[in-house]
Amino acid sequence: MIEFLMPSLGADMEAGTLIEWKKKPGDTVKRGDIIAEVETQKGLIEIEVFDEGIIGELLIPEGAKVPVGTALALINPSGIASEPEEEEKIPEKKPVALQPTEERILEPISLEKTEEIHTKASPFAKRIAFENQIDLSLIKGTGPEGAITKEDVEKTLAQRDITEKEKTQEVAVAPEKPGTVAESIRTAVAAAMSKSNREIPHYYLGKRIDMTNALTWLKEVNSKRTVKERLLPVVLLIKATAQSLTEFPDLNAIWDDGLQQKKDINIGFVVSLRSGGIIVPAIHQASLKNVDEIMEALNDIIPRARALKLRSSELSDSTVTITNIGDGGADTIFGVIYPPQVAIIGFGSISEQPFAQDGMLGIRSSIFVTLAGDHRATDGLTGSGFLVSLNKYLQNPESL
Amino acid sequence: MNEQEIKKTIFQLLKRIAPDTEPSELKADENIRETLAIDSFDTLQFIVALNEQLGIDIPEEDYGKINTLEALVSYISRKKK
Repeated sequence: MIEFLMPSLGADMEAGTLIEWKKKPGDTVKRGDIIAEVETQKGLIEIEVFDEGIIGELLIPEGAKVPVGTALALINPSGIASEPEEEEKIPEKKPVALQPTEERILEPISLEKTEEIHTKASPFAKRIAFENQIDLSLIKGTGPEGAITKEDVEKTLAQRDITEKEKTQEVAVAPEKPGTVAESIRTAVAAAMSKSNREIPHYYLGKRIDMTNALTWLKEVNSKRTVKERLLPVVLLIKATAQSLTEFPDLNAIWDDGLQQKKDINIGFVVSLRSGGIIVPAIHQASLKNVDEIMEALNDIIPRARALKLRSSELSDSTVTITNIGDGGADTIFGVIYPPQVAIIGFGSISEQPFAQDGMLGIRSSIFVTLAGDHRATDGLTGSGFLVSLNKYLQNPESL
Repeated sequence: MNEQEIKKTIFQLLKRIAPDTEPSELKADENIRETLAIDSFDTLQFIVALNEQLGIDIPEEDYGKINTLEALVSYISRKKK
């Protein structure tokens, strides 16, 4: 049996409310099927299943709010029923599974290793920590060779209880109003960005890129198209980013006690909501899509993102983020990385600027592109190489 | 189609894109995109919707000619003739 768990749809999600089951015991499911609808801070999300099999049991009733990682249902895997149960369960339990697909078999091994290296703890300490959901890696051990003892965990637990009590008191003073969607989105953004600024040592690079060739090419292409088929400049920016990432795979990765490159290039695209706040749906496998398919993807996800009607994979699969100011806005944007990703690419608005080239000064359409990188994962040299590559692709739009 | 009807259609389509705004309060010479805070993606959706509703095709080089309500209404009236 595979336990199907409440997925984490981003570093900022702690719990979700199961609104409706879309499958019942006995139903056959395959990868990508919608199994349930879950209410999160980011709206009503369709949750996809990543296994093939038959639904055994639904463990959580509709209407229940449960933390990320809670078993929601049991699935009888098709064809691989004889495999040991433990191996099936471990990967599903990883809370921040960004892509619980191909990497699945490898991850449990690396997970166990990290735990051994970083957190020496007595079995009793481990048990208390597990039961109280305390992250052992955050505790400084006072036992032999820095091992974490039962007392260390209990001390942390006591401190947490005090903090939680204080929080409750604050709430009691200012009673919580029924949260609007805008407020819950704000809370989600606040949580993710605070975590990012707290944990990720950002480095920033910028490059001014001449967009004249790209825009001329686009104008020509669009003049032959109907209104519906026209492309926006941002499509070229997304495609060029995806192409460059194939050359710099260290930027298409997550940081989880080490750099883990991701096979697919799933670009999270920042969409601003009119009511305030942002939501970042993924454009899956952007490097394999042509410009038309990327435009199609935008036409699909932007309206759904604004209506807060996304699928779980669109909220959890991004491997890198693009933030784009759009025309008429600020010249430059320095992004804040969305954890556990390691890079965010920022595009300012395209404007006419004096541009020196081959000893001549001319007026060209240009854009200021920035990269914020996680300095634990990569260095400026990688980031710089990426921006140079991005420039190369944007000078040859027909190759995109 | 008279000017009032054109305006009514424009307001309806803008309201669909920017539901939190009141397009009918737009002044004749105000920049539509700036006033209603519409980005380039939604602008394209608006132009697609105008195409579907009114059957007019606005080429890209004309985007600069339809920035204000006044300009857009007269542009559409000319095209509809």
